[in-house]
Amino acid sequence: MLLQVSGVTKSFAGAEGPVPVLSGVDLSLDLGQTLSLQGESGSGKSTLLHIVGGLDTVDGGQVLFDGRDVAALDEAGRAALRRSDVAVIFQQFNLIPSLDVFDNIRFQARLAGREDAAQVARLIEALGLVDHRHKYPEQLSGGQQQRVAIARALAARPRLILADEPTGNLDEATAEEVLDQMLALVGETGAALMVVTHSPTVAARMDRQLHLRAGRLA
Amino acid sequence: MNARLIAFLLLCPVAALGQGFAGLGTDAAGFAMPAPDPVFDFPADHGPHPNYRIEWWYVTANLTGPDGTDYGVQWTLFRSALAPGEGEGWRSPQVWFAHAAVTTPDAHHVAERIARGGIGQAGVTAQPFDAWIDDWQMVGKTLDNVRLTAGGTEFRYDLGLEAQGPLVFHGDGGFSVKSAEGQASYYYSQPFYRVEGSLDLPDGIVPVTGEAWLDREYSSQPLSSTQSGWDWFSLSFDTGAKLMGFRLRQTDGSAYTSATWIGADGATQPYGDGALTAEPMRNAEVAGREVPVTWRVTLPDRNIDVTVEALNPDAWMAVSIPYWEGPVRVSGSHAGRGYLEMTGYE
Amino acid sequence: MTRAVLQALAAHWRRNPLQFFTFLAGLALATALWSGVQAINAEARASYDAAAATLGEGRFDQLVPRAGDSLPQETYVSLRRAGWQVSPVIEGVLRTDGGRIRVVGLDPLTTPGALSPVGGTRDIDLDSFLTVGVLFANATTAERLAGLPQEIVTDPSVAPDTALTDVGVAQRLLDRPESLSRLIVAPEQPLGLPPLDEVAPGLTRVAAQSGSDVGQLTGSFHLNLTAFGLLSFAVGIFIVHGTIGLVFEQRRGMVRTLRTLGVPLRRLIVLMLVELLVLSLLAGGIGVVLGYFVAALLLPDVAATLEGLYGAQVSGGLQLRPVWWLSGLAIAVLGAGMAGAGALWRIARLPILASARPRAWAMAAGRGRWLQGGAAMLLLAVAAGIALADAGLIATFALLGCLLIGAALALPLILGAVLALGQSRAKGVIGGWFWADTRQQLPGLSLALMALLLAMAANVGVSTMVSSFRLTFIDFLDQRLFADSYVRGNDREQMAGIEAFLQARGATVLPLLRVDSRLDGIPAELMGARIGPAYEDNWAFVDAGPDAWERVAAGQAVIVNEQLARRAGLWLGDMLELGGGLRLPLAGVYGDYGNPLGQAVISEARFSEIFPDEAPRQFGVLGMEPDDLRRALSEAFDLPPDSVVDQSTVKAFSLGVFERTFTVTAALNVLTLAAAGFAILMSLLTLSAIRLPQLAPVWAMGLTRGTLARVELVRALVLAALTAILALPLGLALAWVLLAMVNVQAFGWRLPMYLFPLDYARLGLLTLMAAALAAVWPALRMARTPVSHLLRVFANER
Repeated sequence: MLLQVSGVTKSFAGAEGPVPVLSGVDLSLDLGQTLSLQGESGSGKSTLLHIVGGLDTVDGGQVLFDGRDVAALDEAGRAALRRSDVAVIFQQFNLIPSLDVFDNIRFQARLAGREDAAQVARLIEALGLVDHRHKYPEQLSGGQQQRVAIARALAARPRLILADEPTGNLDEATAEEVLDQMLALVGETGAALMVVTHSPTVAARMDRQLHLRAGRLA
Repeated sequence: MNARLIAFLLLCPVAALGQGFAGLGTDAAGFAMPAPDPVFDFPADHGPHPNYRIEWWYVTANLTGPDGTDYGVQWTLFRSALAPGEGEGWRSPQVWFAHAAVTTPDAHHVAERIARGGIGQAGVTAQPFDAWIDDWQMVGKTLDNVRLTAGGTEFRYDLGLEAQGPLVFHGDGGFSVKSAEGQASYYYSQPFYRVEGSLDLPDGIVPVTGEAWLDREYSSQPLSSTQSGWDWFSLSFDTGAKLMGFRLRQTDGSAYTSATWIGADGATQPYGDGALTAEPMRNAEVAGREVPVTWRVTLPDRNIDVTVEALNPDAWMAVSIPYWEGPVRVSGSHAGRGYLEMTGYE
Repeated sequence: MTRAVLQALAAHWRRNPLQFFTFLAGLALATALWSGVQAINAEARASYDAAAATLGEGRFDQLVPRAGDSLPQETYVSLRRAGWQVSPVIEGVLRTDGGRIRVVGLDPLTTPGALSPVGGTRDIDLDSFLTVGVLFANATTAERLAGLPQEIVTDPSVAPDTALTDVGVAQRLLDRPESLSRLIVAPEQPLGLPPLDEVAPGLTRVAAQSGSDVGQLTGSFHLNLTAFGLLSFAVGIFIVHGTIGLVFEQRRGMVRTLRTLGVPLRRLIVLMLVELLVLSLLAGGIGVVLGYFVAALLLPDVAATLEGLYGAQVSGGLQLRPVWWLSGLAIAVLGAGMAGAGALWRIARLPILASARPRAWAMAAGRGRWLQGGAAMLLLAVAAGIALADAGLIATFALLGCLLIGAALALPLILGAVLALGQSRAKGVIGGWFWADTRQQLPGLSLALMALLLAMAANVGVSTMVSSFRLTFIDFLDQRLFADSYVRGNDREQMAGIEAFLQARGATVLPLLRVDSRLDGIPAELMGARIGPAYEDNWAFVDAGPDAWERVAAGQAVIVNEQLARRAGLWLGDMLELGGGLRLPLAGVYGDYGNPLGQAVISEARFSEIFPDEAPRQFGVLGMEPDDLRRALSEAFDLPPDSVVDQSTVKAFSLGVFERTFTVTAALNVLTLAAAGFAILMSLLTLSAIRLPQLAPVWAMGLTRGTLARVELVRALVLAALTAILALPLGLALAWVLLAMVNVQAFGWRLPMYLFPLDYARLGLLTLMAAALAAVWPALRMARTPVSHLLRVFANER
């Protein structure tokens, strides 16, 4: 099992003491599987995604990534995890504004030390970014930016891809197209994919659909 | 600064006493005082009298240009002593200042000079006669035949003066009483100068002829402390006779008058307080104040009832201690021309 | 509504006390440096004005002796009798128990224009002023005059160390009867004035405000201070600009909300303007108070400098003059207005938009960069043009301005090019990102970097000038002070006795004869020297003909110092009139650093021909130990020990004066550099707020916050280092202009330029330290940014 989450709790500081966000979450995900995470605003779905991706820490419970406990990692360890095993596609601000499309796509792959020029070229081709290779993020539309983010995530060849409302800022048609491309390409690499979304349409495209309510999976 | 300093120079003692025009009504401690029945010693008395507080060599001239235009010229050298007597070099307590003016019917040019005594910058010698300050000069072998020069930034004049008659003495043989309290000065004149020369004016050089009148006066306290200024007339009638008259204004509004009738031959008759009357008929605004520029002057004893009218009402002497001085036309019972000086108009 | 809006505006400051502090501190700092410098200038100018009012210099033309230092009183009378409206002045030094006091005698009756003390509001008896004597002096001087029989009147408007009195009284005090120093020419002269040559051929007319005027001599120094003040202010404005930019950026949301709630845009803008005005007045007020302290701290050194370099007396006490505190407030308001105008304009124009900052540099690259580059090139070309034309002092300062502004404008372009090169050469992925991201940071930092460039270049330039001056000066002291000791005696007989006494003991005696004079109408000292091997071996010439010393010794030639030669436009072979009908050709020009006056040296014999009454006041003595000499003279002539000064003491004293002279420059240098450091800090803090969206993706992809913080620190250091490297040639160019042009025009001597690599290295290190200090805090903040802040970037809410 690539990812094993058990009994994870997390609360944030509020004005009147800690506000629990996750109160004992269990889930598992293996390579090649896709999973959607739905829930109300503030239900903790993004927080769960951040914890899984080594972006945030837990208060209690266990997150096993390929058998290693992510929760026990220090900052450098979590950074290493993000660098080589996980790729995250956010709703926005995925890209490094000072680098052009080409360098953005290669960035994480180079950080992870496994750049594959042919694969990068293929991704650029597949995502229709050939003409935009030397543009900067701010010169791209929202859909193009998200495609670049997908290309960048895939170019790094991580085992786990996390996406937080990847199409949340896009119109319906574009969202559909981007989702298609993402699913197709993820399918090719055999990575695991976890998508946080509020959209039933997006969720429906995943192998499994989970719902977070009051800090627990239902 | 000069204005301030001169004001300081002349008015400082006045400020202390708060009376009189130009400090002439002030205490004269230490200075010699004029006494009745003077005996003059000429030419020596044409020279300075440093033991007296103030003294002047005062020339006014009524002149005519080739086209008949009337001109007035003034040349005045004042001596004012800070203390009686002479001192050496810069220590001299004698301060000299001088005013020069040319008046035309529509212009009035004024210049002023100030100098310290003791270093040769200004002074008077009686024999040969030389009265000077800077480059202004009244110079001749004797007082009867002098050359008069002065100039400023916009004018110069160079006149030859030749006396046609004798010196005349005012008051009682040259002892001229200035108030009921008895303040007096020594006062004599040479009113018979014939003049020939030229004026250098902004419009060009004008040859002129005419007549001039020299007043010599020295004293230590000529005004009473209750007198605020004077109106002084020197009139030359077409008959050849002349009239000197003045009116000393009292702070209470009354006036003290005095006059000298000068016959064409130089014979004089003095008149005491009240014989002469002078009434302002018309004021003009000059230099921001009201100054009478037309007068009715009468001397009933001589059947004089004349109107005296300024040739140019704007004859304001904008010098350190400003006053009005300019040529006048005379009409009425007698015709002629002359000079009018008015001081103390605030 | 207004009140509610104001509360909302104020709430921002309450929530961001740091920004409030930065804004106030930046503006106050800028105002402080500016108004401090202005206060010093105002004080100095007031002193000059007092001197000019006292002497009539500056406002009126003057007639001065063609040669020598006095004119007979008869000449004055002759001129007056010729119609010339002139006023006499006598000047001299009175030695009192309280030290040397300059006595100026005037004739109050003929002096044109306002002569401040005389005729003031006090009731001074004119009789006593003209005859017994009244001396006007400021309070300090008045105390020192207490021993005199004359009445002393205290008047603060009289120049320092000066007593003003009647010309006659002055002649008596100075024991110079019938003698005058110069004549003031009234502006209005009568018609038909004869030419000066006819009346007084021995006099020459000096136009108002000409070479001898202290105000003009010191003009360069004050321009210098003002330039420093402006530089400091510019640096301060960079700070304020950064803060205001940040504040308005962060308030955009609030503005949006307020407008949605129905507050008219116009009212909002007006209220923000009012807010800016109130805050800038507050900051300006604080700045003026600080400026007062800066000025009070520096003024004594400035006064020492001015006296040491120009002989100009400046009072050491500081007065609160409206000129500078008002200008301080005004410039604070103006500066804040300038800094805020852009931000307000953006707010006024912007509809409600996505708030991410555009990648401005890539977009603005085209036109803006060309414009900036063109302007930089143009300014540098103008600077080069002025340098080649070798124009006057003002032009030279224009050159400095063009050079500095041109270089500052060029800086971002050059840095951009270097960074692009770095990016293209970068191998690693972090490296590539580092260079690219640094390029992106450049526009936000360029103002601060320009400030750093200017501060460092000014430091390099000024320290090179001062150090070059120092080396030259030490060398020059070695040449000049070749005698083992210097002896001062009391009078002619004693000096003659000492000379014979010393010669009998085998010592070489070098008497020095000296009179204050005017040469070619320029204030100068004329020296008579016993030319011998000692001079020939030690003095170095800037330029000299063959056998210069022999010709001087033979009485056939004169040598002059560089400043006299340059001011009079004379060089080798030209004739110089020395007074007493003596005219000699110039055989040599020697360096004479630190002397405000012109100087000419002729042989002892020639000197005695023109000034038979002058006795030497001082001897140089060679060939005797100073201690032996002191003892011998004390026994034989009862000379007090301080009449003999040994060479090393004189040197130490001279160097001491020199060092003090440049204390101010050093202090201003440090302040400017500190301000530049502060500017960097504030720019970085400002940027850090908009940095998160740029850094968050990198962090998400696996870099720790610590790494990012280190990268940020390195970035600041790299930029500072690049700027420092560029500042070096700029600073050297500045030094060259100061040494080869400003010095010649301001002082009359040209100095050789030396390089001080160690100093530059130290300065570079200091700059890096300043940049590092400035970058540490933002970096630490970066390292400690809560993860939630980083994650928030990706969330939906912005």
